[in-house]
Amino acid sequence: MMKNSLETLRTELQERFVDIPFKTDIAYNELTIEVSATNLFQVCETLRNRFDFSQLIDLCGVDYSQYKQTDWETKTASSTGFSRGVNKDINKEENDDPRYAVVYHLLSVKNNQRIRVRSFAEGEPPRIDSVVTIWNSANWYEREAFDLVGILFDGHPDLRRILTDYGFVGHPLRKDFPVTGNVEMRYDPDKKRVIYEPVSIEPRTLVPRVIRQDNRYND
Amino acid sequence: MPEIHNYTLNFGPQHPAAHGVLRLILELDGEVVERADPHIGLLHRGTEKLAETKPFNQSIPYMDRLDYMSMMCNEHAYVMAIEKLLGIKIPERAEYIRVMFDEITRILNHLLWIATHGLDVGAMTMFLYAFREREDLVDCYEAVSGARMHAAYYRPGGVYRDLPDQMPQYETSKWHNAEEVSKLNENRQGSLLDFLEDFTNRFPKYVDEYETLLTENRIWRQRTVGIGVVSPERALQLGFSGPMIRGSGIEWDLRKKRPYAAYDKLDFSIPIGINGDSYARYLVRMEEMRQSNHIIKQCITWLRDNPGSVMIDDHKVAPPKRAAMKDDMEGLIHHFKLFTEGYCVPEGEVYSAVEHPKGEFGIYLVSDGANKPYRLRIRAPGFPHLASMNEMAKGHMLADVVSIIGSQDIVFGEIDR
Repeated sequence: MMKNSLETLRTELQERFVDIPFKTDIAYNELTIEVSATNLFQVCETLRNRFDFSQLIDLCGVDYSQYKQTDWETKTASSTGFSRGVNKDINKEENDDPRYAVVYHLLSVKNNQRIRVRSFAEGEPPRIDSVVTIWNSANWYEREAFDLVGILFDGHPDLRRILTDYGFVGHPLRKDFPVTGNVEMRYDPDKKRVIYEPVSIEPRTLVPRVIRQDNRYND
Repeated sequence: MPEIHNYTLNFGPQHPAAHGVLRLILELDGEVVERADPHIGLLHRGTEKLAETKPFNQSIPYMDRLDYMSMMCNEHAYVMAIEKLLGIKIPERAEYIRVMFDEITRILNHLLWIATHGLDVGAMTMFLYAFREREDLVDCYEAVSGARMHAAYYRPGGVYRDLPDQMPQYETSKWHNAEEVSKLNENRQGSLLDFLEDFTNRFPKYVDEYETLLTENRIWRQRTVGIGVVSPERALQLGFSGPMIRGSGIEWDLRKKRPYAAYDKLDFSIPIGINGDSYARYLVRMEEMRQSNHIIKQCITWLRDNPGSVMIDDHKVAPPKRAAMKDDMEGLIHHFKLFTEGYCVPEGEVYSAVEHPKGEFGIYLVSDGANKPYRLRIRAPGFPHLASMNEMAKGHMLADVVSIIGSQDIVFGEIDR
């Protein structure tokens, strides 16, 4: 029953947006649509006004730059072993695929439906239209996506950092930002104030990131 | 006459009524709030980043530390997301145990909320009463998981272990002699379920006591009626969920609308408010405690009648029994792989949400097929609630800000993540 209603919604969306190219996907009983950054605002407006998606439940930025990249190639694993196998630089290659996506989770309280909208933000820094005027709850979410992933939202009324420290440099949820951070803080008794210094701890991998070729989940 | 300008007041971050580390920049005209600008992030621990560097199971304890007042509900959303991606179905008994502990958690959370909200508004007694009842419930947490708060009890595939047959008892010490201890242990003679049943029989009377103290109390009503009114339209716009949206009169509860675990087999009802003010949200939460109590009772009955496994039998996800690990080579390999590398989750993305005591708690999990999440996004219910602070506080008195924070049920563990 649920599956059918998602299929119906997908068909309705395809009929509605005949002139806008977009991709759809239904997986795990969830509908995802992917639209380009230029059409995002228009699509969101229609989703709210015509399809009753009255709530923006969540908005987040995703950095796809290291998608499907691992610390450890499992095919040659047995000859290298754990500690020698962990190589931070292994195939962290650059590619031209769009890197930053903004993911919107919408909820229709009236129809009890959910939809996920994904849009890749282009450029460096990546830019995308703000949806604050459509859903007011986007305000803080967009500030957070700006703070943690570094996506600029055009038309946002007050794009400040929100979660990180005052005067923080960098965007922590980007994949090239180290888990240890870049600076550490301590109280300097001579200067009688708190000072920032480059971090003194080495990043280390306790469990390497691996992708196993597992055929059990294939249909 | 000198011209009087607005002035700016810094509230927090270390203020007892800020419920943690909230810094509010308040622009005041006399005592009336013109603008409120919450500064958050003082408790930011980078949970989302940390989870990307750890195998899936090692992030479960982080979930407890998000909203540290409703630990097991956070875990529930996280393990449900993993289970969805893995495509596993957990044993029915585990589902009931999860529902039971979700509801225990809801009562725990609402008790803390009424305790602190009461304290903020001047009802000191509430604090003492609520903590008396919380004690029994955290004892249940301790009995199943060994920890009174940060349980890490839910695991992908079920729950860590079955409910204990013997409720842990007090022992004599230099503070309590044998006579006192036997009195304390009176309701701890049987199993955990017996102890809980005793609690559920006592609890409705306690809620009545709280209501006697507050519901008709003149001071309480003066401090909450008409404070922080949110219309249903605005509640939707602002992304509200949980008691906040129900207080505004929208009937929306994931346990009913999108049932997960065993909620579709249980009988309970959803209270909604009418006026959308702090008082309506207070009434909604009080009734939710009664409903949770009712759900726990049903779970106890079901769990008594249906013994069985609480963890799936797939050793790619769930560790084998200790004895099997010692005897069996395959068991040993499974154990070793599971605790060193973890398991790989198939590529895909899911959003799994639970009706958390504060609202909709969601986990958006992107997996690229590795043994660690590629991206873990935590949708905390308190985040949009606090974001509406400016709108809710505008035009109210300074003292009402405290009442609004209280009725939003803010916990910084989840907002700052």
